[in-house]
Amino acid sequence: MSDVSLTVNGRRVSGNAEDRTLLVHFLREHLGLTGTHVGCDTSQCGACVVHVDGRAVKSCSMLAVQASGSTVVTIEGLSNGTELHPVQAAFKEHHGLQCGFCTPGMIMTATDMISRHPEGLDEATVRAELEGNICRCTGYHNIVKAILAASQTMSKGAKGKAKQAA
Amino acid sequence: MGIEGVGARVARKEDKRFITGGGRYVDDMVVPGMKHAVFVRSPHAHAQIKKIDVKKAQAMPGVVGVLTGKELKADGIGNLICGWMIHSKDGSPMKMGAWSPLAVDKVRYVGDAVVIVVADTKGQARDAAEAVEITYKELKAVVEATKALQAGAPQVHAEAENNLIFDWEIGDAKATDAAIKAAAHVTRMKIVNNRLVPNAMEPRAALGHYDKAEDHYTCWTTSQNPHVARLVMSAFYNVAPENKLRVIAPDVGGGFGSKIYIYPEEIVCLWASKKTGVPVKWVADRTESFLTDAHGRDHVSTVEMAFDKNNRITGLKVDTIANLGAYMSLFSSCVPTYLYATLLSGQYDIPAIHANVRTVYTNTAPVDAYRGAGRPEATYLLERTMETAARELRVSPAELRRKNFITSFPHQTPVILAYDAGDYAASLDAAMKASDYAGFASRKAEAARRGKLRGIGMSNYIEACGLAPSSAVGSLGAGVGLWESAEVRVNAVGTIEVLTGSHSHGQGHETTFAQLVTERFGVPIDSVSIVHGDTDKVQMGMGTYGSRSGAVGMSAIVKALDKVEAKAKKIAAHLLEADEGDIVIENGEVKVAGTDKSLPWFQVALASYTAHNLPAGMEPGLKETAFYDPSNFTFPAGCYICEVEIDPETGTTEIVQFVAADDFGNIINPMIVEGQVHGGIAQGIGQALLEGTHYDASGQLLTASYMDYTMPRAGDLPSFKISTSNTPCPGNPLGIKGCGEAGAIGSPPAVINAITDALGIVDIAMPASPSTVWAAIQAAKH
Repeated sequence: MSDVSLTVNGRRVSGNAEDRTLLVHFLREHLGLTGTHVGCDTSQCGACVVHVDGRAVKSCSMLAVQASGSTVVTIEGLSNGTELHPVQAAFKEHHGLQCGFCTPGMIMTATDMISRHPEGLDEATVRAELEGNICRCTGYHNIVKAILAASQTMSKGAKGKAKQAA
Repeated sequence: MGIEGVGARVARKEDKRFITGGGRYVDDMVVPGMKHAVFVRSPHAHAQIKKIDVKKAQAMPGVVGVLTGKELKADGIGNLICGWMIHSKDGSPMKMGAWSPLAVDKVRYVGDAVVIVVADTKGQARDAAEAVEITYKELKAVVEATKALQAGAPQVHAEAENNLIFDWEIGDAKATDAAIKAAAHVTRMKIVNNRLVPNAMEPRAALGHYDKAEDHYTCWTTSQNPHVARLVMSAFYNVAPENKLRVIAPDVGGGFGSKIYIYPEEIVCLWASKKTGVPVKWVADRTESFLTDAHGRDHVSTVEMAFDKNNRITGLKVDTIANLGAYMSLFSSCVPTYLYATLLSGQYDIPAIHANVRTVYTNTAPVDAYRGAGRPEATYLLERTMETAARELRVSPAELRRKNFITSFPHQTPVILAYDAGDYAASLDAAMKASDYAGFASRKAEAARRGKLRGIGMSNYIEACGLAPSSAVGSLGAGVGLWESAEVRVNAVGTIEVLTGSHSHGQGHETTFAQLVTERFGVPIDSVSIVHGDTDKVQMGMGTYGSRSGAVGMSAIVKALDKVEAKAKKIAAHLLEADEGDIVIENGEVKVAGTDKSLPWFQVALASYTAHNLPAGMEPGLKETAFYDPSNFTFPAGCYICEVEIDPETGTTEIVQFVAADDFGNIINPMIVEGQVHGGIAQGIGQALLEGTHYDASGQLLTASYMDYTMPRAGDLPSFKISTSNTPCPGNPLGIKGCGEAGAIGSPPAVINAITDALGIVDIAMPASPSTVWAAIQAAKH
């Protein structure tokens, strides 16, 4: 057993977990954050993507104890209070989800993708960068649309803020 | 149509929880005292069980129970069954072998469940499962249906001699043979429809909870049809009587058919909960899903299509062998028969059809309905054959189809179905226009200059949906009726709950069903809640599959709404001292037409519950139920056109354009319908290009993870150009045909027709992976 302590969605949490516990299971079973899903055993599907220290990480690909000391954001912590994050809002507006199972991982991947491409995104880039996230419902058509729209909204928002600051 | 009514692109009400991590799937459920289960599964495709020793496992840390099939049988738990009786052409009933939820004497496929281990944690259950000692005597296995039928093949079940489950036929053999004999041209093909693994992103799961004090069971399960699960577990598997068994299917992460059936795991978890005295949860890992979810397709067929000298089809003869795997799953028998051979007329006026279907046991995972279920197999066979015929006859594939279209309705096909409405030329024209079909030659030439092989292919599909008229399916062998039920409860404050037997696992029922209510009463959509997925809440239901939730499920809601509306009007007429016939309900108000007299909707609702002043003899309350049984199937149809570019150096196929023009009848929410089409097309392209299910000769599944089975990724697919041109369905009150399966039905032949067009070859196996395409290019050179 190991002690695990980390900051999750802005809250300091700690627990005692079996050494073999994966981060995803620690989040789901110890912290009750069940929005992060497990869809495969081989780190391919991406349903478990969270942000660890600001980067999108498949939480099935690291041990909870490895994440100790890190800052983690899960789907539950993405929105600002009651206001949806622009990526969440875009997924809803563009019907980028159906059964909802891959959705948390998709959204966490998309927010990371958008922040890594402040210059903006095009369809080919979005499709290529979704390599690690599998959806069986949507055919990706509306997911791509949602990410492109969110990218535009966020870059406008960033420009707006920059203007205000200036 | 209001902004939230029928026909509006209303954003989904259910999205909020899914995009914020608030979805509640079976694996998210926690019950006090809950323990975790792992199944010990057969590593062999075919073997006798000689001995099971659980002693070591029982002594492992955290272990609560290790249970076997012998104990399960001793407690009277029944075998799994197939619920649709098919008779062979000699009149004999299908030969169903026994399927025990935990294998007792013999295992028949890799993944067959043998022992359940229950422990404090999943890790401990896994460790203990590895300590279970089972002695097997391996037997020879057979995985291909054609080989299983050969004399001397390994015998999977004693009940089915030579592994033949049934040998069934439909249509007129004599007339068809005569048409072929007299034909000016006959196109002959061998058509293989590859086996697929459904791969809903949420793995199957079950949580069984036996309450000793109440002698009552609760089962949370990943089901498309919780009421069917309760019915079957009660009536056939002897788990508990229906009144002692509650089945809850909460948020379910995709189904595509694979979550229709009742599998061994939910039965065993319920039984194990009673046996061990603790709630028992099992969640499949992905490899378990690959091994044990019911697979789809796996047909091998030969086809002969006869034409007269004017290129009109005069006859169609089909012989199909369908692999049903190691056991007959719940609806496995109807998929390659009544959901397949009845669609062999396609969109065409074919005077004579005969199909013979043999279903076969093999040492592979059970095969049952997967998105489309039989209809994709029929469409693939027909549309590949039409394409080949056009090439042989040197006529345009589009015009050959157009010449043979059914143009007047109703149309009785020679294979049972009577099509009620459609306009196949309209879909063909729309797709040809959207794809700039006429401009293809110049695009091909331009691609050739870049060293690419460009091809175009089309597919004109039809499907029978809205499953299904109960008396009709009953006469064909179904063990259940296929109506749907609904209850509309108007609360005293005017808010409305609709309880439905349909189940949403991605289809957006919480939105589309609410749009119906909003349309009817003009109340805000947020004041309407849709309740589904719980046998304790919803009176009864047959669930969601076969594109039935719109045509059948919503029709039941319409019937209940009719009753609520009639009663509300009676109450309002009484309160407003007006004639019932003059009352109209709109924008949340109940009015007397042509006057300024009105009541807010909630006051009528409130009046029904205070019951201080109701018409004489009227029961209090405003709540109505309805059952709707359709009078016919519905017949969505459409035309798909695919354009590909192939790199001859690598064999890589890129889909450069994909056009869909569908006729779904009336549409409640176009946004959701488009989403259904996108997803279906992706699965169809997956079948055509990427998804191959491979067993080796010993019955080991070689493609049992996402490292081996190619799921369509975003980078494999284009954005789709889709449109609809709708002829309303005359058979149900909303004019709905259904849209859930079309994409998966129409797209595979369009893709393969495009690839064979690009390469100038007759056929290529699905999935047309780069290596398969490259090999075909090399073979064509020699």
